[in-house]
Amino acid sequence: MVYDYAQFPDARGHFGAYGGRFVAETLMEPLRQLEEAYARLKNDPDFLAELDRDYTHYVGRPSPLYHAERLSKAWGGAQVWLKREDLNHTGAHKINNTIGQALLAKHLGKTRIIAETGAGQHGVASATIAARLGLKCVVYMGIDDVERQSPNVYRMKLLGAEVVPVTSGTRTLKDALNEALRDWVTNVDDTFYVIGTVAGPHPYPMLVRDFNSIVGRELIGQSRAQIGRLPDALVACVGGGSNAIGMFHPLLAFDEVAMYGVEAGGDGIATGRHAAPLSAGQPGVLHGNRTYVMADDDGQIIGTHSISAGLDYPGVGPEHAWLKDIGRVNYVSATDTEAMAAFYELTRGEGIIPALESSHAVAHAKKLAPTLGSDRHIVVNLSGRGDKDIFTIAKREGISLT
Amino acid sequence: MIRMSRLQQQFANLKAQGRKALIPFITGGDPAPAHTVALMHALVAGGADVIELGMPFSDPMADGPTIQLACERALAAGTTVSKLLELVGEFRRDNQHTPVVLMGYLNPIEHRGIAAFAQQAKAAGVDGVLIVDLAVEEAPEFAPPLKAAGLDMIFLLAPTSSERRIRAVAEAASGYLYYVSLKGVTGAVTLDLAAVAHKLEEIRRLTALPLAVGFGIRDPATAAAVGRLADGVVVGSALVAEIEQHAATPEVLPALLKAKLGALRKALDEIAQ
Ligand SMILES: Cc1ncc(COP(=O)(O)O)c(C=O)c1O
Repeated sequence: MVYDYAQFPDARGHFGAYGGRFVAETLMEPLRQLEEAYARLKNDPDFLAELDRDYTHYVGRPSPLYHAERLSKAWGGAQVWLKREDLNHTGAHKINNTIGQALLAKHLGKTRIIAETGAGQHGVASATIAARLGLKCVVYMGIDDVERQSPNVYRMKLLGAEVVPVTSGTRTLKDALNEALRDWVTNVDDTFYVIGTVAGPHPYPMLVRDFNSIVGRELIGQSRAQIGRLPDALVACVGGGSNAIGMFHPLLAFDEVAMYGVEAGGDGIATGRHAAPLSAGQPGVLHGNRTYVMADDDGQIIGTHSISAGLDYPGVGPEHAWLKDIGRVNYVSATDTEAMAAFYELTRGEGIIPALESSHAVAHAKKLAPTLGSDRHIVVNLSGRGDKDIFTIAKREGISLT
Repeated sequence: MIRMSRLQQQFANLKAQGRKALIPFITGGDPAPAHTVALMHALVAGGADVIELGMPFSDPMADGPTIQLACERALAAGTTVSKLLELVGEFRRDNQHTPVVLMGYLNPIEHRGIAAFAQQAKAAGVDGVLIVDLAVEEAPEFAPPLKAAGLDMIFLLAPTSSERRIRAVAEAASGYLYYVSLKGVTGAVTLDLAAVAHKLEEIRRLTALPLAVGFGIRDPATAAAVGRLADGVVVGSALVAEIEQHAATPEVLPALLKAKLGALRKALDEIAQ
């Protein structure tokens, strides 16, 4: 079957059986207004010019496409390239999206933005753009994540944001999302909810994808210039799935490009202690959309386990659920241990300290590269840098930094 | 003529008597499943016309802290969907007249299979279902099996609902409509009576379904004030807060809830003409 990927989601926000708008009544009309505003602005030349200016002069785009020659040699197979989203202002791909959504907020006349965050990268990116546009910013963060990502908590505070620790449920990203939705329903008149990944109710999965698609669009030009053609395979980690869809989406129509979304395998899929709903979950409804979720026998959402706070989420963007079902993208997983090994290899082999999230993608590239010839090319989305993770890693090494 | 459902019958009776429906909400299985049936009977003794029984969910995104904690208590005590349906069945052995509405989130229901859930709920003696995160746009996939089983579909309306949405919701709903009195989560306290009155007028122009109002009703005064405007009032967090406070000594709860609800009943009956 041939799909026109640009036609998804449909008018009701569905990607096949997934997506949609599963929220309480109070948010239905505000979501429709957001959808309308976005439909108007996404083709508005002034809006697009403003976004472009910010991508260039504030984020520092385009991000380089870097040939990791030493890694490629060490792994003995395909050439490995890194799309350097870690070099963006604030250190991850997340800013591509927050800039877009904050501009929407401004156009809608909202004076306050809220965000949820896991690793803190999306919280930092939201706090950053709020400072730049003079918006009030509140970030919800599970209290367990507040502890394991303390440098980012402090960065958000420096930027003038209020960080609210969330103590309900499993005290991680999913609970931060619940709390942000509760805030939004309460303050919907003046508040814009800046969702950090391609999840949530329609139109969020679409607009977060569109804002992150700058990554894939740049990649097409860069790989033609530097490789001489499109790559053979793309690899990206999948938490909610925004960095992955941003790189994949503009290339979905090129059948010759294989794609791999890498979920957090935690202690291993077989142990049940992971965060891999596409690999080991089933369809359900969470946070406003139908997608693959991790749930128990009674449909309760279960706790996830990953060394990486940004991947520690029991759901996944609905477009990924659909891309899995139609077989366009392969979804695989990398364990904590594999991600850590990849983290060290990239750090010591190329002088690039990756985020723990991105290390999962690197770990899969390491498995993939030796299966391909040296004339083949793999592009890894290096979604973020690892500065925020040094405390977690030091702790694993038994070193105290304070 | 089609036979009226237990819910429709109840609202028709109340209307004939010029009385307002008192609709308590508690979370099923809170503080533990063993107490739920006794609490339901206590609510009826306190004057409940309809019982909304919450189905605990791990991620109750439309609920404030009080009901979030109730969900956590109920789940920790082993409450499952099967258990909840069993409890309704047990309640029905001694009470065939008080309608029971299950209120919850979609995932546990969908996980079970919507058709299986519908049949099992009906067989247990459930009368209606209110799925908080099922907006009317997504209902075409879910409503038919529930309706076919003879369950009423209760939907929410909110201060933000447009005229177009009110019409669509009224079209899909049966039994009653649940108007959320404020922009917020359960347990909020910022009730604006003038705004509620204004919106209820708009809704009444568009539907003949009975209108229950919930969120922000916590004492006899707020119950009476909202009762003057609506066909029924829903009181939830104020009751659940009692359960929270006395979770360690649940044997005192039936008398407490009966008394608390009784005071609201009295206030509502005093406004009836
Ligand atoms: C660097 C980095 N990569 C990836 C992710 C995962 O999010 P997503 O799957 O939406 O890209 C995060 C989330 O915090 C992140 O900080």
